Amino acid sequence: MAPSRSSSVSAEEPEEQQQKSRSRREMRDKAERVVQEPRCANEVFDLLELLQAEKERDVLCALSSCDHIFSTLLHRGDLYVGKLPKEEDLITGSYSAQEKYAMFMRHRYTNCVQLLVELLEHEAFAVKENTLCTLMKFVSLEAQQPLEATDWDGHRCFPRDLLKAVVGGLLSQKEDMALLISRFQEFLDKDDVRYYTLGIVNDSIGRVMAQARGGVLPVYQNNVFTLLSNINMPKKEQELRNFLLSHRSHNHEEWKPSKLKEHKRAFERLWFSFLKHKLPSGLYKKVLVMLHDAVLPHMSQPTLMMDFLTAAYDIGGAISLLALNGLFVLIHQHNLDYPHFYTKLYNLLEPSVFHVKYRARFFHLANLFLSSSHLPVYLVAAFVKRLSRLALTAPPAVLLMILPFICNLIRRHPACRVLIHRPDMTDEPTKDPYLMEEKDPALCHAMESSLWELQTLQKHYHPDVVRVAMAINKPLSEQEDDLGELLELSGYELFERDIQREQKQTETVPTEIEPATQLLQGSGGLLGLHFSLE
Amino acid sequence: MGKPQKKSLADKVRKTKTSTEIKNNPFEVKINRKKFDVLGQKTKHDVGLPGVSRSKAIKKRKETLLKEYKLKDKSNKFIDRRIGEYDNKMAPEDKILQRFALERQRTQGKRNMYNLNEDEELTHFGQSLADIEKLNDVVDSDSDTEERGLLSAELTASHFGGGGGLLRKKASGESGDEGSQKAKSRQELIEELILKSKQEKRERQTQKEEAQELTEKLDQDWKSIQSLLAHKAPKAERKEPEEKPTPDEYDITVRELAFDMKAQPSERMKTQEELAKEERDRLQKLEADRQRRMQGDVEEDSTTKQTFLSADDLNDGFILSKGDQRMLSYHDGKWNLEEEMKEGEGDDQEEGEEDDDSDDDSGEEQDEEDSDGESGHSDLESDKDSVQEGGDEDGSATQEAPTMPHSSLSEEERLAQQEAAKAELPYTFTAPVTYSDLKSLLSGHSTEEQCVIVERIQKCHHPSLGMGNKLKLQKLFGFLLEYVGELATRCPPELSTVNKLVPQLYGLCQLFPDAACKAMQTLLTDSAHDMAEAIEIKGRAALPGLDMLIYLKITALLFPTSDFRHPVTTPAMVYISQLLTKCHVSSLEEVTAGLVLCCLAVEYVTLSQRFVPELISFLLGILHMAVPKKQSLGYCVVPPFRPSGKNSDLLTVCNMAHTESWSRKTLPLSGVQGLKLQNDLERDHYRLSSLATCLDLLKRCISLYKSLPSFNHIFQSIRILLAEHLPVKGYPTIIQDLHREVLEAVSVAPVLHTPLVFMKRKPIPLKLFTPKIVEVLDYGKKRGSSKEERERERLKHKYKREFKGALREIRKDTRFLAREKLSEIMHRDSERKRKVKQLFGSLASQEGEWKALKRRKK
Repeated sequence: MAPSRSSSVSAEEPEEQQQKSRSRREMRDKAERVVQEPRCANEVFDLLELLQAEKERDVLCALSSCDHIFSTLLHRGDLYVGKLPKEEDLITGSYSAQEKYAMFMRHRYTNCVQLLVELLEHEAFAVKENTLCTLMKFVSLEAQQPLEATDWDGHRCFPRDLLKAVVGGLLSQKEDMALLISRFQEFLDKDDVRYYTLGIVNDSIGRVMAQARGGVLPVYQNNVFTLLSNINMPKKEQELRNFLLSHRSHNHEEWKPSKLKEHKRAFERLWFSFLKHKLPSGLYKKVLVMLHDAVLPHMSQPTLMMDFLTAAYDIGGAISLLALNGLFVLIHQHNLDYPHFYTKLYNLLEPSVFHVKYRARFFHLANLFLSSSHLPVYLVAAFVKRLSRLALTAPPAVLLMILPFICNLIRRHPACRVLIHRPDMTDEPTKDPYLMEEKDPALCHAMESSLWELQTLQKHYHPDVVRVAMAINKPLSEQEDDLGELLELSGYELFERDIQREQKQTETVPTEIEPATQLLQGSGGLLGLHFSLE
Repeated sequence: MGKPQKKSLADKVRKTKTSTEIKNNPFEVKINRKKFDVLGQKTKHDVGLPGVSRSKAIKKRKETLLKEYKLKDKSNKFIDRRIGEYDNKMAPEDKILQRFALERQRTQGKRNMYNLNEDEELTHFGQSLADIEKLNDVVDSDSDTEERGLLSAELTASHFGGGGGLLRKKASGESGDEGSQKAKSRQELIEELILKSKQEKRERQTQKEEAQELTEKLDQDWKSIQSLLAHKAPKAERKEPEEKPTPDEYDITVRELAFDMKAQPSERMKTQEELAKEERDRLQKLEADRQRRMQGDVEEDSTTKQTFLSADDLNDGFILSKGDQRMLSYHDGKWNLEEEMKEGEGDDQEEGEEDDDSDDDSGEEQDEEDSDGESGHSDLESDKDSVQEGGDEDGSATQEAPTMPHSSLSEEERLAQQEAAKAELPYTFTAPVTYSDLKSLLSGHSTEEQCVIVERIQKCHHPSLGMGNKLKLQKLFGFLLEYVGELATRCPPELSTVNKLVPQLYGLCQLFPDAACKAMQTLLTDSAHDMAEAIEIKGRAALPGLDMLIYLKITALLFPTSDFRHPVTTPAMVYISQLLTKCHVSSLEEVTAGLVLCCLAVEYVTLSQRFVPELISFLLGILHMAVPKKQSLGYCVVPPFRPSGKNSDLLTVCNMAHTESWSRKTLPLSGVQGLKLQNDLERDHYRLSSLATCLDLLKRCISLYKSLPSFNHIFQSIRILLAEHLPVKGYPTIIQDLHREVLEAVSVAPVLHTPLVFMKRKPIPLKLFTPKIVEVLDYGKKRGSSKEERERERLKHKYKREFKGALREIRKDTRFLAREKLSEIMHRDSERKRKVKQLFGSLASQEGEWKALKRRKK
């Protein structure tokens, strides 16, 4: 990325003003000189100074120059390797000229990295992006040509400090770094980078949140979450092949980043430390949305998330709905036993359930939960009755989903058929015995009721709803209705379906018989009664 | 005789014994053994009765073959044609009766048919025709007919009787004694007939002439005596006229009715095309006239001067004097009616008012038009009375105009006329190709003029007038809709213009329902799409502008809302529902828009009484906004409303003191776009008006949904809210009354339900096997593949069988004949033997006698 960026900059050159192009050319010459001739090494100071310039263009130029200089030097191995003596000691110490040069350049390199990390908070995104690319380029070069002496432990050879600096810059506490983090994602494809990043972020959370002392840091947490959600965990050990570090140099078995288990453990640790702290409510929802498919499968012990999920489930409202998904994974795959689960699910059914964004997900799960044939009849009946009662406030797109849902429940549990067919009762009309306010599905008398709500909906204004509601007049067919498409049906889709419905070719569109003479007339002039043409 | 007796033993048996006896007799029965038993097959021939069948066959042969045989070589035969001679079923009495009847018919009918005046008397008005004939003896045609009748009687007999029995019988009757002349040829017979008829005719003519002569003579005799009776006759004449001229009312009316104009076939009704063509021609003519006037060459001749005709003119001769038109003027926000009343004349007042709206152009133009109109007016009246005209005119700005001599217009007036012609609307318009065309056509015109323009565009491009017109008008509908939308989005919205354009839209919609449907659908789709996008991006959408509300209302006006499924109204309803569920209400403007939507929703379902859940939820949400304390609610509001939050107390009245000065007003539709409410007082009043509207809508919903099974549950939240949370106490009495009404209607006793049962349905019939259809073949095995081949096979088989049967029959016939012949021979022989014996016997006795005689002699 970085070379292409520099080339694009050079392509733009002819269009720039002459002065600008001259200064740039000068700068490039300077960089070239620094690289070629050790004599001119001092000119690197000019470049480093320029990195702090006001103008975005200057900064970019300096950036590309620095990139050029240090990547060449790193590549050539001209930087000093090993423990770096202090700058002051340089003169006093007895080193050869070559060593001195290497040390000097190494110091400049350190300076440059510091400046670059600061640049990560620059206001221009182009600068930030270029900086990130440059830094990551350094990371990769350092990984190949380690600046530290190789240790027997694999850790040593990975430039952790540099990466830590980068990640620390990314997880800003002041601004939303979502864009930059998404740029960073491509570097996370490297397995070792990912592994070390996990550890670094974990440390960072511990350090930063300790300062917050129980409060929330929305920006920081958001950044962390963005980073976390951008991590694509590998699924198999065989996938772990894409390393930045050439692993020919050390024994592969011992090296932690090459083990999936280690990855998982790091991942899990990171998530725990992240979720341990209080989350802002918007972030809470986001976490819950992705938890079940992006997090839980990659944990070594998903059941540890149980506490978090049950706490979320108890909160109520939309958060409960979302926690359901994670809970389902735990119950389904990890044998979680959850007492009063269905009672809670029953109490989640509120009128707002039909209007929230996660409606499809919720009903998909509810469908799964209620598909068990081992559920007691009273429970299913309570669900059916409650859903049909709530359907009295639902928009048509939801009705088209919820009515087949109800019918499916009755089909699955034939004992619930009494809700729509109770021939043995005396014909005396009764009040509806169902208690909507009762929290316990066992006590709500749903079994003694009938689905008069569906009968009401047979008078609904939408023809499709009427058609579906009419299904309860006849014995239900054996085949269950397919809910797949209906779950996602939105109001607009329903509208489009109605618009695009084929009119019979022969028929013309029927028109109103009563001639219209005024805007506010018609249908008893109701509009005219309440509103005036002003 | 012995042998034949023996032969017909079977016959004898059959005759003497009943059929059951025969069937029970085992010796008579032959059982045909069957090879297979086929289930359900009925066989005719399992039991045979050979004796019986043989006797039957013999009997049949005796009746047919034997008779033939006996009649062989005989040339003549005797046929008895008497009625029922060979009919055994007829009772002898019947036979006799019918024969007798026929006999009578034969003797009577023949003569009656043609001899008109022999037996029956024909009458006319109760008088015998014969008598009349005798009186008016001038008729010789009568005699002719008589003759023709007579003639034809015999002629027809000879022609159609085929020269058969009838004629012969008659002839024989007539010439019974002339037995020798019997053998006459046909030719001769006819000649004879003609001769006879001519003779008769001549005789009659002479008779008549004689009679005429006699009557003439009598008449002359009478005239000679008449003078003697002269004094009597005039009296009789005088009497008659006295009786006649006393027609009573009845007579008069009868006569009137008689001479009354009968319904004459009038000119046919004009077809729509012709009407349209006429209309267009008229408009074109007017346009040409207008052009001419614009050019300025006014015809000086007053008598031929064209009078101005409005496009709305009924052509009934009623002329609106332009001078009476006044500008619509407002004084302190009130219509300046009184002043006009004072100024104007009574009869023209209404007309003036109607047209006032149209002419709010610049004042100058109005004046000039006035002058133009006046001159026209004066031209009209000039023929009658030129002095009076000054008095007719009102004393408005251009007073000098009427005083000018009408025949020569002044220069400045001519100029004025030119101006007026320019200001007038053209009569033909080109149909707009783009929306901006239409806009430029309509811009700068008043509401009325815009209507007229649209109307004229429509008339000029009636679909029957040209090929492309249909498309143009269809486009026009779309443009008009767009224009309406633009009018509604203007600030302030020009809703009165929209109001006037509605009939035009309706008319176009009636002409092209499909195009109108398409246009409406496009509008709805666009808007719904925008909303869907907004929801996608922001998670919520704003309520639509006034234009969309107007469109929805127009949809309800143009298309039937009560259809179960309609390509426009159903999506429109879905769209309304979307708006009611997805759009957040965050200001009083949006409350207004929401209430308009609710109104529309109620209107959409008023006829069909269908259930709209969103409507109730939305009204609940609106009412919830008026609840001051949001804690411990016994109900839950449905999104987009929130139980508490930023905009959840939009409608709470902030100062209860303001309620006293409130009076119920209709909300302005322009409130959707923006409200100019300066202070808390106005805002509170607006809130109260909204609440009143909301409650009234609720009342209507309740009456609509009263019959629904879940009525109580639908309105439960609303009941709780109204009963416990709404601060009614502080509201004005009108709202309190409304509130009480609604609450009473809602809190009726809970509806009792009968448990649901499935609908009864017909039991499913048992499944039946479809029968296997096997072709029945005459012959045993199926042979031949194709149809023709099979048919041939069948025919061959049939032929074979028939052939065999015929052979058998022939054999039996010959056997029978042989037997008959034999029996005949035997019979003859025996007869002969008997006779010989007899002869021999007689001879022997003779001999014996003779011998005895001889012996005695001896």
